[in-house]
Amino acid sequence: MLSDAHHNRTAGALAWLLAALMFFPVFWMLLASFKTELQTIATPPVFVFTPTLDNYAAVFARADYFAHATNSIVISFASTLLAMALAIPCAWTMAFYPTRKTRGVLLWMLSTKMLPPVGVLVPVYLLFRDSGMLDTRTGLALVYAMINLPIVVWMLYIYFKDIPVEILEAARMDGAGLWAELLFVLLPMCGGALASTFLLSVILAWNEAFWSIMLTASDAAPLTALIASFSSPEGLFWAKLSAASVMAVAPILLLGWYCQKQLVRGLTFGAVK
Amino acid sequence: MHATTARAVALPAIVPLFLWMAVPLGMTLYFSVIRYNLLSPDTVQHLQFTLFNYEYFFTDSATLSALANTFLLVSGVLLLSVGVGIAIAVLFSRPFWGRGIARILVISPFFIMPTVVALVWKNLLMHPVNGLFAYLLTAIGLPPIDWFAQAPLLAIILLVSWQWAAFAGLVLLTAMQSLDEEQRDAAAMDGAPPLAFFWFIILPHLARPIAAVVLIETIFILALFAEIFVTTGGGPGIETTNLAFLIYAQALLHYDVGGASAGGVLAVIFANVAALFLMRIVGKSMAGEEANA
Repeated sequence: MLSDAHHNRTAGALAWLLAALMFFPVFWMLLASFKTELQTIATPPVFVFTPTLDNYAAVFARADYFAHATNSIVISFASTLLAMALAIPCAWTMAFYPTRKTRGVLLWMLSTKMLPPVGVLVPVYLLFRDSGMLDTRTGLALVYAMINLPIVVWMLYIYFKDIPVEILEAARMDGAGLWAELLFVLLPMCGGALASTFLLSVILAWNEAFWSIMLTASDAAPLTALIASFSSPEGLFWAKLSAASVMAVAPILLLGWYCQKQLVRGLTFGAVK
Repeated sequence: MHATTARAVALPAIVPLFLWMAVPLGMTLYFSVIRYNLLSPDTVQHLQFTLFNYEYFFTDSATLSALANTFLLVSGVLLLSVGVGIAIAVLFSRPFWGRGIARILVISPFFIMPTVVALVWKNLLMHPVNGLFAYLLTAIGLPPIDWFAQAPLLAIILLVSWQWAAFAGLVLLTAMQSLDEEQRDAAAMDGAPPLAFFWFIILPHLARPIAAVVLIETIFILALFAEIFVTTGGGPGIETTNLAFLIYAQALLHYDVGGASAGGVLAVIFANVAALFLMRIVGKSMAGEEANA
């Protein structure tokens, strides 16, 4: 027993060491956001210092930061709402009225996720250019809705499958129509499922950085594209960049921590739960 | 009546998704067999079937180098991230002091947006003069490494692995929780040494989740773009140009639609090979559930 306890303590210490190493880059960024510009590039690196909020103040003072943050919020929420609106009826009918084709349709949806974005970059770019959708929030939100639609359908389908079909049948016996069944019986029963699907979709849209770089320039650029624009040498104000980065990742980090278990289901299409 | 309506409500999801997939893909195929350069618009008027783009793309030395880089990126990241992911899953599967908080810390990298990851590693950690790694190396008497000049591909592999190790850890840890407590106790009772327990119980249990992680990561890392775009821009030279970046450069920097489309077709084929395997795993788990139900 004693050796077992000892064993557990060693494993715990190793786990903490791994956690500290993995989290360190995030911690270091957080630390840098409270330093002066000189402290961020000091050698040896500064660990103990008087924290300053100047960097956050400087980022807040830039009107465009808020414009880009707003873009991120609008685009990720609008695309998620659209994807959910399209996916809920689809997942519902596949879960409760399966046909011989249902499995094939689900796998086909999954297969669209495998299409590499560069494979369709040229046509999508040209279509966007010709229809005036380049650098618009609508355009990017539409793309994100399509990108996330398969994951949203899959997650909802997996959750809906767990609901006993008898409950819906009882409602139908009582004379509930199609939409009443969906809106008043099914949806209220799976608030948690809807919430975690919604959050996963928001997280994925918020962090997407291929289409945002390709299809936006200034007006509709979300935070991913804004941060990418700092890669040029003249943008090297590390402390301010760190403050901007911390604000860009903080909301998603909190959401991610909150729904980590459901994320696994969604991201592996139900293969791991 | 009810059943027909029920089937019809699936269409608002299926039709747009089909269009989003089929239209651009069809256009890519079409562009890949005509000469189409945005800098010489008159080429489009002579719509002749040609395999010139494929010939050009396959004989260009940059293509070979991009394929090699893509392969190195995928295999390097897979090796590192799955290795660390397994370590996370094993270490975090038993209770220890503060496990909840440590778990939150260890999976965090996965939720950081790729452009932030790239800049934090490039500036704060791997900068040859002011980065933390440079300081650590000098502190133990070694010369600092200029990561993105001397070992750019390795640098990108490291920062991408950091993100995906958190993903692998998250998935495998979830899978570990279904490992039977009784099975563990029985093994402990039999006095199975930890290594044997790991090799004969844990690894077989994790085989399918690991396969899922490998395939999902493969699909995403085949298309790796933002991290390269932000850190090296494909350079120095073409040392970190992968297939995705090469196609981007061909299309949006050289305006060669035809050539980029031929590359796009190639990228789709590669992804499909990986996808086929993933679909099998998912299809099997679906079939398994139907059998259980």
